Amino acid sequence: MNKNKNLKLLAAKIRLDILEMLMHRGYGHLGGSMSVCELFAVLYGKHLNVDPKNPGKEDRDMVVLSKGHAGPAWYSALAEMGYFPKEVLLTLNDGGTILPSHPDRNLTPGVDATTGSLGQGTSIAAGIATGQKYKGKNAYTYMIVGDGELNEGQCWEAFMYIAQNKLNNCIVIIDDNKRQLDGYTKDIMNPFDLKVKMESFGFKTLRVDGGDVDAIDEAITELKKVKDQAVCIVLDTIKGQGIKYFEDLFSNHSVKFNNDEINAASEKAVKELKAFIAKEEAK
Amino acid sequence: MIKLVKNRKEKGKELSKFFCQTVADLMDHDDKLVFLDADLASPSGSTIIEKSHPDKFINVGIAEANMVGIAAGLSIEGFKPFIHSFAPFASRRVFDQIYLSGAYAKSTINIYGSDPGFTVGPNGGTHTSFEDVALYRTIPDAVIVDVADTTQLESAIRQAASEPGIKYIRLNRKAVRNVYEPGSEFTFGKGVVVKEGKDVLVITAGQILSDALDAAEELEAKGVSVEVVDIYTTKPLDVELILSRVKGKKALVTFENHSIIGGLGSAVAEVLAEHNVNIVFKRHGVTDRFGQVGTPDFLQAEYNLTGKDLVKTIEALL
Repeated sequence: MNKNKNLKLLAAKIRLDILEMLMHRGYGHLGGSMSVCELFAVLYGKHLNVDPKNPGKEDRDMVVLSKGHAGPAWYSALAEMGYFPKEVLLTLNDGGTILPSHPDRNLTPGVDATTGSLGQGTSIAAGIATGQKYKGKNAYTYMIVGDGELNEGQCWEAFMYIAQNKLNNCIVIIDDNKRQLDGYTKDIMNPFDLKVKMESFGFKTLRVDGGDVDAIDEAITELKKVKDQAVCIVLDTIKGQGIKYFEDLFSNHSVKFNNDEINAASEKAVKELKAFIAKEEAK
Repeated sequence: MIKLVKNRKEKGKELSKFFCQTVADLMDHDDKLVFLDADLASPSGSTIIEKSHPDKFINVGIAEANMVGIAAGLSIEGFKPFIHSFAPFASRRVFDQIYLSGAYAKSTINIYGSDPGFTVGPNGGTHTSFEDVALYRTIPDAVIVDVADTTQLESAIRQAASEPGIKYIRLNRKAVRNVYEPGSEFTFGKGVVVKEGKDVLVITAGQILSDALDAAEELEAKGVSVEVVDIYTTKPLDVELILSRVKGKKALVTFENHSIIGGLGSAVAEVLAEHNVNIVFKRHGVTDRFGQVGTPDFLQAEYNLTGKDLVKTIEALL
């Protein structure tokens, strides 16, 4: 396996950037950012038709991070791709920053949709995909929506619209990390079987390991071949993914780096990620 | 240039069909226009667009929040969407979507909110909006148009279609009495002195402009000279016009098909207070009440929004 070594490396860099960004800030949305590192690596490392030197490029693919609280993951991916210098990552949530906690299309190069009020990004993505079709573009919209976010009824309105209109260029990606702010989704608002649910809504749906860049890549490649149906990937992920300490931390939606245990675990993770990156880059 | 009709008793065109025909005509020459409706194409008149421009007509089903988001997405792609729902569903039901996906994200969305206030008629209390203007007033940079008649509606649609941003256009779906000659053009943020007068200033907006003019005529016969201003857009508000026309008047009354809380009356009160204007003042509108079922005529009388009611208010002030 590991056909996409560079993507695994990119995912590690994104994960390290997120961790360092949040440690510098002292708090932040860690769990849901970590669960989409591999996804962002596959999108920006392989699939997206975008140009970091020309963020407004005509006919570009678009990303809508409907689960806007994972902004730090997106910003890390954008910085790794060269949309802005990596130092800017440390300005997250500073007054006047171009990196607000939740994405803002009027502030950040590479961000095309303003999200954060959960559910709303799903409809925005549907609208962008419709616009792309109107223009006859061969462009895709990647909608990233959280499993907890699916509590919001607006998501299902958007899904019905996408399925009804067979918007095969709107690739719906559900980050099924099993948790929402207050705990496990099954305890708060059980999503049941998301693959079955999406299929019943009319989507061709694949369920893949969201920590496996090859599996994500293959799923996107396969769904791009679908012509007359809406498409969805259910990403099987872990909230806090890739760092054992945070995966096991019950309340990891927003983490405060305010005690010795968390700080020691974070430092250890930084070292491990740096070592992995150095090893991969040396190959 | 703004001209008044000679016969104010005559009604204009059915506004719903006129709205959609005007948009359809604009769509012939502007491929960036899109029309979205939420399973109300028949009531809104947008079946006209569905027939003339099927590719640029989207029926999202009964899903107003989704409709606003799709419109925001289309705006990101450079399109200029018009959307329709009944006024309460085009305002309070989708407020967060309009506020964030729309205004905050600097999207362009033109909102057609139909049957505001008493014009709701038999759809009743659940479908009544006495607070839509108040809600939209709190959205930075939003434009709020309360449509007085057919001619003004055409002007509003043309300006809305040519400018970026959030524009909320509230109107009766049915025909209303004419005030302005066809061809009259209006500008967002610019009010109109429809009738000059010396004693009392009435500031109003929307189709009850006709009722205000009735009241002015009745009072004129009784020796009270009433000036009537059509403010046209409650936001942006023509503050300059208000301050210039209030000078020398004995009293000022705002007259609106909306709650007196947060609407035109509130907006004018804020202007008066902040500019130290000392004048006898009354907000005439819906007094902190919910809607109910009935014919529009019944409701207009029930909420004291007829010309006769305005006459009583003015007489009580003098």
